[in-house]
Amino acid sequence: MDIIKANTSINFMRQRNTALIISAIILLIGVVSLVTRGINFGLDFTGGTLIEVSYPAAADLGELRDTLTDAGFDDFTVQTFGTARDIVVRIPADQDDESGADLSTQVLNALSAATPGIDLRRVEFVGPQVGQELAEQGGLALLYAIIGILLYISFRFQWRFAVGAVAALVHDVLLVVGILSIFQINFDLTVVAAILAVIGYSLNDTIVLYDRLRENFRVKRKGTPVELCNLSINQMLGRTLMTSLTTLLVLIALFYFGGEIIHAFAFTLIIGVIVGTYSSIYIAGSAAILLGVSKQDLMPVAKEGADQPDQETEVLPERFRRGGA
Amino acid sequence: MNRFPPWKYALLIIALGIGMIYALPNLFGDDPAVQVSSLRGFELEADLPNRIETLLSSADIAYNSISFEPQRLLVRLDNPDLQARAADLLRDSLAEDYVVALNLAPSTPGWLRVLRAEPMVLGLDLQGGVHFLMQVDMDAARTQQLERFVSDVRTVLRQGNVRYRSVRVDRNHIVAEMRSAEDRDAAMRLIERELDELVLESRDGSETFNIRASIDESILQDLQQTALRQNITTLRNRVNELGVSEPVIQQQGAERIVVQLPGVQDTAEAKRVLGSTATIEYRGVDEQNDPFEAHRTGRIPPQSRLYFMRDGSPILLSRTVIASGDNLVGAAAGFDQQTGQPNVVVTLDGVGARRMLEHTSQNVGNRMAVVFIEHRPETREVDGEEVQGTRRVEEVISAAVTREPFGRRFQTTGLGSATEATQLAMLLRAGALAAPMQIIEERTVGPSLGQDNIDQGFRSVLIGFVLVLIVMAVYYRVFGLVANLALTANLVLIVALLSLLGATLTLPGIAGIVLTVGMAVDANVLIFERIREELRNGNTPQAAIRAGYEKAFSTIADANVTTLIAAIVLFMFGTGPIKGFAVTLSLGIATSMFTAIIGTRGVINLIYGRRKRVQALAI
Repeated sequence: MDIIKANTSINFMRQRNTALIISAIILLIGVVSLVTRGINFGLDFTGGTLIEVSYPAAADLGELRDTLTDAGFDDFTVQTFGTARDIVVRIPADQDDESGADLSTQVLNALSAATPGIDLRRVEFVGPQVGQELAEQGGLALLYAIIGILLYISFRFQWRFAVGAVAALVHDVLLVVGILSIFQINFDLTVVAAILAVIGYSLNDTIVLYDRLRENFRVKRKGTPVELCNLSINQMLGRTLMTSLTTLLVLIALFYFGGEIIHAFAFTLIIGVIVGTYSSIYIAGSAAILLGVSKQDLMPVAKEGADQPDQETEVLPERFRRGGA
Repeated sequence: MNRFPPWKYALLIIALGIGMIYALPNLFGDDPAVQVSSLRGFELEADLPNRIETLLSSADIAYNSISFEPQRLLVRLDNPDLQARAADLLRDSLAEDYVVALNLAPSTPGWLRVLRAEPMVLGLDLQGGVHFLMQVDMDAARTQQLERFVSDVRTVLRQGNVRYRSVRVDRNHIVAEMRSAEDRDAAMRLIERELDELVLESRDGSETFNIRASIDESILQDLQQTALRQNITTLRNRVNELGVSEPVIQQQGAERIVVQLPGVQDTAEAKRVLGSTATIEYRGVDEQNDPFEAHRTGRIPPQSRLYFMRDGSPILLSRTVIASGDNLVGAAAGFDQQTGQPNVVVTLDGVGARRMLEHTSQNVGNRMAVVFIEHRPETREVDGEEVQGTRRVEEVISAAVTREPFGRRFQTTGLGSATEATQLAMLLRAGALAAPMQIIEERTVGPSLGQDNIDQGFRSVLIGFVLVLIVMAVYYRVFGLVANLALTANLVLIVALLSLLGATLTLPGIAGIVLTVGMAVDANVLIFERIREELRNGNTPQAAIRAGYEKAFSTIADANVTTLIAAIVLFMFGTGPIKGFAVTLSLGIATSMFTAIIGTRGVINLIYGRRKRVQALAI
């Protein structure tokens, strides 16, 4: 069975301007959302207290708020979590008060006094200092991952590819973060993990494409970089779609059956895989071409004359738009 | 022809065999068990199993087995009902020196345990429990140390007959104000000789002669490290009060301590216990009166109080406290340099040293006792309602004869063994919380959520796995089935490695496994697509298989290395559960390379490799 017919030749490179415009639009919306609405940072980064409680029957949120107000809390939010019986109470970190660890006990006591038979699901308390450190660590992790990958690709391929791959990567991360902001997904540590996994996945796709591009540059005697790029994308299309399909299948299973806690993680990865697949088709190749990847760049330093491909191919700017295999 | 040399098949079979053996323990469930361990973390007595056996059989509680390790004893039972009864019985009958905790012991068969095959450890988010991150207040610890030195400096100056205006703590230094330059020089010589931990500096004004002393940086670091270790010891003692079966208490970074208490649901109680206090007191022994007589008649001499030794025998101690835990700077077990006997060397601060010297000068030949005092949290029933409070528990942990007067540093000898010396030193240290601590992070997962997480986690792995199997089989037919074999083997290997490494499985860890399942087939997809391509280019099936595997290899390697980089960075920077995700992801990448490349090739070679003529491939 084939999803992609043998010898498909879709002219991806000709669509790449359209693709760039679409990317730009989504990116713009994402950035606008990031600026105006910001990221819905979770407890891990803001610090604060979270208490999840399970009620025997659907809980009355208004009543619950009154109970907590009567108990002397003024700054808190109450939400259902997954089902109407699961309630999450969030209390923001108090910068001056160091005794935040006791808050959860007080909240729980107040709630169980009002409604007997409630079941404590979880408590999370993160001090403001810890929150800041976790945020720094998360940021550093993203940075180091990108640097490490940049170095590896420069070493295995060539710097233009490395820059192309990182361009695709930054594109993906920005898009994903923008979408997280648009949907106001709770951005916690698991989401950082998901974004790093997206980086890994997106690169995986990009590298598979570059690998084929390099091979085609070396083996094919004819063809402009644009044509070869198109050819490579088409050759890898079956694989790209198949792998994305299997990964999406497990992620959807995780999203629907993995429980509420893993929701944001699974959502981020689903978006990431879709965006990563799209970018490896439309962005990664275009980026390398725009940066002027040529056959010479990829020639092994010393090779027997018999294998020497045509050295005269040049990258001509006006041919970019024609493309086509 | 595509053939594998026999050694490659042998390698595959061995790897899979080992994988299956070490993955196997995860299929067996848990036995309800009761764990008995020593309250102070000492080794258990060898006759304890017999005592427990007698206790259980006299109460008609049937048990499966009693396994005895020097640190703990496990009684396995058939059901939770018996478990609860046995725990109640043991808690009531055993002396207060034991911790009795409910536990779930993996029911791994003996032959697997011989091979050290154990099931995966479940993280707190899966089995429920409390995670605390505690910050040790090092500024306060430093101030404490400085204050101790202030009294030491005063003592040294007084003993050396050097007059001074004042000695006080000024931010990170000690400042000693002197009356003249001569006094200052004399003082500096004295302090330098007696207290070499201090770095001295003269600070003269127009009319003032000052000495500024600070604690040597490396010594300060040592002191802080000691303070942290001391706090860990103290915490460990307190956690034992809670009856937690497998607590984790370890240092994180320079100033933090992680406390993990699996299975604890009452976080309020856990916080109270962690914050509870213990201390020690040095008191003189009343040698004039007979303690047994006093205990029997209840007539206690007015200047004395009745205490009990750890073996239960009574002892009369003076009402005056010589020194307490606040005065204790350090206690270390070692060996007497002259006699070679085990000893405990105790260091007191200036105030304690002065009082100790006063006492010992007048009491040579008499005994001096150490009382260990703890405020243990407990729940009492008052008028049918549960009231939580603390109970003061006092016991005499040592009573030794004073041979000569001493002050700041002294040793206790005449201890039965090196173990006893270690125990005494530990108890002494437990009496002093070296630096204040506060909880800066808490993560509690209730048991119902833990169970939900396990159920949902495994369900999503299963569903995702089956979906991928179906898609692969439909899309790549025979080759897809082979890839499915590899995927299954991959799952077995991941579980085996996680069990073997003793890694902790968390919910994000399960997510890592799910993601690996999705991505592991990528290697096979790459190979199979390449084989199809080679077939379309007119290659023979055998050549296509060979070319497919060979040409796809470098692509797979490059792609996996980059994912691995992301996973390793995640491991280095991640904390707690995120680390779990990084671990399963990295392991999954490594094992998938093995199963998807060597594994599938081996099976494909078995199917197609031996045939002389292959017409078409089912791909």
